[in-house]
Amino acid sequence: MPPGDRGMTVFDVEKVRSDFPVLQQEVHPGVPLVYLDSAASSQKPVQVIEAMNDYYRHYHSNVHRGIHALSEKATNAYEGAREKIARFINAPASHEVIYVRNATEGMNLVALCWGRHTLQAGDEILLTEMEHHANLVPWQMVARETGATIRYVPFNEDGTLDLSGLSSLLTEKTRVFSFTAMSNVFGTITPVKELVEAAHQVGAIAVVDAAQSVPHMPVDVQELGCDFLVFSGHKMCGPTGIGVLYGKEALLEEMPPFMGGGDMIRRVTLEGSTWNDLPWKFEAGTPSIAEAIGLGAAVDYLSELGMENVHRHEQDITGYALEALSEIRGLRLLGPPAAQKGGVAAFAVEGVHPHDIAQLLDEDGIAIRAGHHCAMPLHQKLGLSASARASFYIHTQRGEVDLLVESLERVKKVFRL
Amino acid sequence: MYREQIIDLYEHPLNYGAVDPHDFSYEEDNPLCGDVVRIDVRLDDEGRVAEVGWKGQGCAISQASASLLTEEIKGMTLDEVKAFPKERLLELIGVPLSMARVKCALLSLKVLKAGAYGMPGPEELRRSDD
Repeated sequence: MPPGDRGMTVFDVEKVRSDFPVLQQEVHPGVPLVYLDSAASSQKPVQVIEAMNDYYRHYHSNVHRGIHALSEKATNAYEGAREKIARFINAPASHEVIYVRNATEGMNLVALCWGRHTLQAGDEILLTEMEHHANLVPWQMVARETGATIRYVPFNEDGTLDLSGLSSLLTEKTRVFSFTAMSNVFGTITPVKELVEAAHQVGAIAVVDAAQSVPHMPVDVQELGCDFLVFSGHKMCGPTGIGVLYGKEALLEEMPPFMGGGDMIRRVTLEGSTWNDLPWKFEAGTPSIAEAIGLGAAVDYLSELGMENVHRHEQDITGYALEALSEIRGLRLLGPPAAQKGGVAAFAVEGVHPHDIAQLLDEDGIAIRAGHHCAMPLHQKLGLSASARASFYIHTQRGEVDLLVESLERVKKVFRL
Repeated sequence: MYREQIIDLYEHPLNYGAVDPHDFSYEEDNPLCGDVVRIDVRLDDEGRVAEVGWKGQGCAISQASASLLTEEIKGMTLDEVKAFPKERLLELIGVPLSMARVKCALLSLKVLKAGAYGMPGPEELRRSDD
């Protein structure tokens, strides 16, 4: 164990690392991989990969149709994963867990199926200035179509939400307040429960973009009280192509279907059709079966570690990283202190474009994200065209943060800073 | 991949600044990374590049590329500018580039050609972008 590796971690990080085949490699000859880009997409433990392989090797079949043994097994695994996910976020019922492709699709489903049929000219949609494009663009599209207007909660210089004007932003005109539970750039953990309650007080529904929170901390939808919540599988050790929309049953029942096709219908005649029950009303066509099973395995994996422990580990690493990074001259950290955020450290280095930073770090085997992280309005407000972002997960060690800092010093040297 | 020359050009760009009056001017950004380059060109009586200037901001590769390109096209005819091969620009940059960075490197050439061809809309540009 490198000397820096003394954290407060409550699970065995070495053991966790050994579960991730991708981490056991040299990304360039002689250069081991230091993966600090989990906020963009997390790596997969062998348990998840094997669960999907097992399905394809031994019981691949279509779901919900089978009279034969394989289909029954596939259906049980597919629906079993839904129950695991429901327990993971404490959804009251598993039929309130809708499989979608990712958080983006979940948000589009809400904007289209709820928004398009509910919003009218004069209605207001409330978002925040630090949203990911996935929680901006769908609402902009539905606003254009319905004549509703969008208002934004601003953020403070430290990357926390400025809630001082919330009472004037949330009015009787507000029909929906949709916001992130954890900023993908700042890492800021927002006061979700408080915001949900504020929305409900004016009769608006509350939608939570939990793409960054569900993978990294305990999330309990009943505790939060939100009406909808979306997240992606691939950011939480699961595969791509699967994500979740949680929605309250009463709202989901009122909404029209998302897409038409097989599996979402009860009866089809040439004159028209009637819809299937929840959750299948929103799941047209053959779904991502292997991916749902993989997400179920990811939920098992994270549950075994314990989400409280995951959060604690990341706070430890983040605190360590922010302290080390703050000592680099010319480096500007974005976002609040470690105690208020999840496992990301976004930064800008005066005189070096983030793409050049990322490229030079890559030479040292360090994978970070550079760009606007799908949050262009946020960067615009900061006066930056882009930023660099290191993000941490269950397998991140303090020693890797040390390597990041060393490599950043080399970047400065190359750029003669 | 950062040879000294790239960093030199990043710190001390060539042909930096506006050219006014100019015969054509064009600006385009790379929305993925926020790189932006504008190139102004004034032609002489024979239709050759008499003066060229560029402005922009972005990564070292995109900015160095603009210096190298503007230096290279001086004295070229409009047709030669339109036909400027991207391979030549990559050769001038002289460092191996990953797929993602080729876009940074070629932004200035895209801007130059768009200007030379009489400013087609962004739609048309994207189609010609291989």
